[in-house]
Amino acid sequence: MTAELRTATGESLYPRLEPLLAQVQKPIQYVGGELNAQAKPWESTDVHWALMYPDAYEVGLPNQGLMILYEVLNERPDALAERTYAVWPDLAGLMREHGVPQFTVDGHRSVRDFDLLGVSFATELGYTNLLEALDLAGVPIHVGDRDETHPVVVAGGHAAFNPEPVADFVDCAVLGDGEQAVGDITDVVKAWKAQGRPGGREELLARLARVDGVYVPRFYAVSYGADGTISAVTRTRDDVPAKVGKRTVMDLDEWPYPKTPLVPLAESVHERMSVEIFRGCTRGCRFCQAGMITRPVRERTITGIGSMVEQGLKATGYEEVGLLSLSSADHSEIGQVAKELADRYEDSKVGLSLPSTRVDAFNVTLANELSRNGRRSGLTFAPEGGSERIRRVINKTVSKEDLVRTVTTAYANGWTQVKLYFMCGLPTETDEDVLEIAELAVEVIRAGREASGRKDIRCTVSIGGFVPKPHTPFQWASQASAETIDSRLKLLRQAINSDRRIGRSIGLRYHDGKPGVIEGLLSRGDRRVGRVIERVWREGGKFDGWSEHFSFDRWVAAAAEELAAFGVDLDWYTTRERTQHEILPWDHLDSGLDKEWLWDDWQEALSEEEVADCRWTPCYDCGVCPTMGTEIQIGPTGRSLLPLTVV
Amino acid sequence: MARQPDGPPPPPTVQKLRIRYAKRGRLRFASHRDLARALERALRRAQVPMAFSAGFSPHPKISYIGAAPTGSASEAEYLEIGVAIRCDPEAVRAALDAALPEDIAVLDCVEAGQGTGSLADRIDTSVWRVELPGVALAELQPAVEKFLASDVVTVAKRTKNGLKDIDARPAVASASAAVEAGCAILHMVVRQVTPAVRPDDVLAALAAVADLRPPSPPRAVREAQGRLDDTGTVADPLGPDREARPSVQEEHATV
Repeated sequence: MTAELRTATGESLYPRLEPLLAQVQKPIQYVGGELNAQAKPWESTDVHWALMYPDAYEVGLPNQGLMILYEVLNERPDALAERTYAVWPDLAGLMREHGVPQFTVDGHRSVRDFDLLGVSFATELGYTNLLEALDLAGVPIHVGDRDETHPVVVAGGHAAFNPEPVADFVDCAVLGDGEQAVGDITDVVKAWKAQGRPGGREELLARLARVDGVYVPRFYAVSYGADGTISAVTRTRDDVPAKVGKRTVMDLDEWPYPKTPLVPLAESVHERMSVEIFRGCTRGCRFCQAGMITRPVRERTITGIGSMVEQGLKATGYEEVGLLSLSSADHSEIGQVAKELADRYEDSKVGLSLPSTRVDAFNVTLANELSRNGRRSGLTFAPEGGSERIRRVINKTVSKEDLVRTVTTAYANGWTQVKLYFMCGLPTETDEDVLEIAELAVEVIRAGREASGRKDIRCTVSIGGFVPKPHTPFQWASQASAETIDSRLKLLRQAINSDRRIGRSIGLRYHDGKPGVIEGLLSRGDRRVGRVIERVWREGGKFDGWSEHFSFDRWVAAAAEELAAFGVDLDWYTTRERTQHEILPWDHLDSGLDKEWLWDDWQEALSEEEVADCRWTPCYDCGVCPTMGTEIQIGPTGRSLLPLTVV
Repeated sequence: MARQPDGPPPPPTVQKLRIRYAKRGRLRFASHRDLARALERALRRAQVPMAFSAGFSPHPKISYIGAAPTGSASEAEYLEIGVAIRCDPEAVRAALDAALPEDIAVLDCVEAGQGTGSLADRIDTSVWRVELPGVALAELQPAVEKFLASDVVTVAKRTKNGLKDIDARPAVASASAAVEAGCAILHMVVRQVTPAVRPDDVLAALAAVADLRPPSPPRAVREAQGRLDDTGTVADPLGPDREARPSVQEEHATV
């Protein structure tokens, strides 16, 4: 079909899709019609966005980022946004057989018809699903093969802070908060279309590259040296920025989204409503990419939280509210927020939860308020490192005594289930550091039984392999091999099981080290890794976040064959420690963090030195606030929630 | 001894309401669990004063009677709820209907009549209408006749424990073929037996006896449920409640 002949009609594919749905698993995930879903007219809107979460519907639907952008865009009279998710292989097979393209669940329109396809990458393991969706949509997977009738593929989410491995497939990446950026992009596309698409796709992308926070990989050339490292990244046009900085939304109270969260009929991974109580984190955990790239801390006020909870509950009927952030107990007014919300919803049995709580910020009063309205769910703490030494390395300092005391207090106050989350394969880690996890768990159970007088308390140790991420002090670190991870996990399992009287109260949940190696390749990869992704997808790889679909062997074989020509390999990207002055693939993408500060923090990690949180102590000069023109926004505001008037 | 939550037990059920609803359009692809989730959330949004079970995880008092299979539409699904404050059934119907997605319609809500027995006991049969796109009446008619003339029609049914052979014939009380807008329609009255005989099983039976294989997936709608009487009619299961006088005369709370 030629470009001139094709018009994007936005016609519904549902009549063609419906007969296929009778033949697949969980068809409800493809029909849309969720509570609070939007259906806007195609013709009377100027700019059409398809928003994709590149995983299954049940994982993608509750994603806050996508829900926020869906509302923000649909509030504009000139824009329409619809959602699309990865389709399972059973339906994908039928779609190919019957010529039904990738569709949106709202209007069941072809993704091919949209002006933009926004894809939110919370994890790199969604990359193969993007290729599958593009192919199903009839959109060429390579940016160079697309013309001005194809949607502009925009990547967002945390993984977009290093989009180089998908530079062949995405037209642009948005760094940082999307709320304002999507509006700016919409304006650019609208103007370009109204002017009759001057200069074609090239001109549109050049205009987008000048939008704050938007990175267009094709306008940057990467060259490599003899040792395989990057020798230079140079602009190919002088009207695009040399370094692309991230976007930061200031004053969360002005962005109370989602106002009307989507409620699916189908089961999803989070059966609750979420309110983001603050964004950013300055605790400075060195492994944590989210904490590094979302600085500074911006709190929503207690009154802002109160009105979002009230409006959201009315709009959804959910029975649980998650108070979301990177470390929710750190909100300056969390005690009051929890107490006043629990008071307000005492009669309607609405439960509250804090999905992530630091050991040192936990207190029983807070925990009791959270569980007051009937439901006492389990508690999760994330010490991350097994020994005090390794916790100093990662800058998540909490003493063993404090940890045991906190968990014991929880047992003494009636909690019977505590989950402890750890990582394995951290920089400088030895077998001993990991074996201390077992000692800790045994101590927790022993002290917990004594304090609670009960034998049926349980502790679940959940442990995952550490993957070094871009824009963190560990971006230079050597990633532990799968063999190292697996052997340490084995030692840990043996240690936990050595005393059955205690060990039977301890559950161990872990994954083998293999998926982490591939995640590591994709996280710190450069443009050459794109060939590996493409090959894996061509050989049938998709849903890499699902153990039943993930094939380590396929990734390893593809990496060996595609990377050999460049003189590099899988280990080069994962277990190789980087040197101070190596040009990293994401150095031209600016999270605001000063590279020298990151390097110093890496050196301090190696010498086991801690760094304090700049919310409560003087600034440690990470560079974000001055570079980005932002500042820490925290309370206390001194305000409180007013009781709602009973009608 | 099992621990008990602090505080008084939840208020008791003061009134039972029986509800008929429809699932239509795209939402025929909703499973029973999907619908249950949607209904429970809608009851909260509609602020129906539900009665709750006691314990650490209080659950609203809802019982579902049967459930049309995933993929089938229905005009006659039933559930019963217990409320802690007396309500006007019509107000509950309207509020719940407004709180549910468009493709779920709340058609009827009546107070359970005192001494009329359980709702489940009044339902033993379904009335089905199955559209067969791409099938001609001339194909369907003889297939139905052949099926009805058979004593036993064995089909393989997928169960939790793998494929199992069942006899689809005895459950079918009556069946007939019709045509609308060029599309063959299968009407049938099917007893609710164990293991269940669903429209898919009857279609498999038609394939077995007459090699009838629809080119595209048929669309089934459950048109009614109730007790099958000797004349072959299916009675309205809410009839006895409508006829019974309300048990206690009290003012209805507004919903």
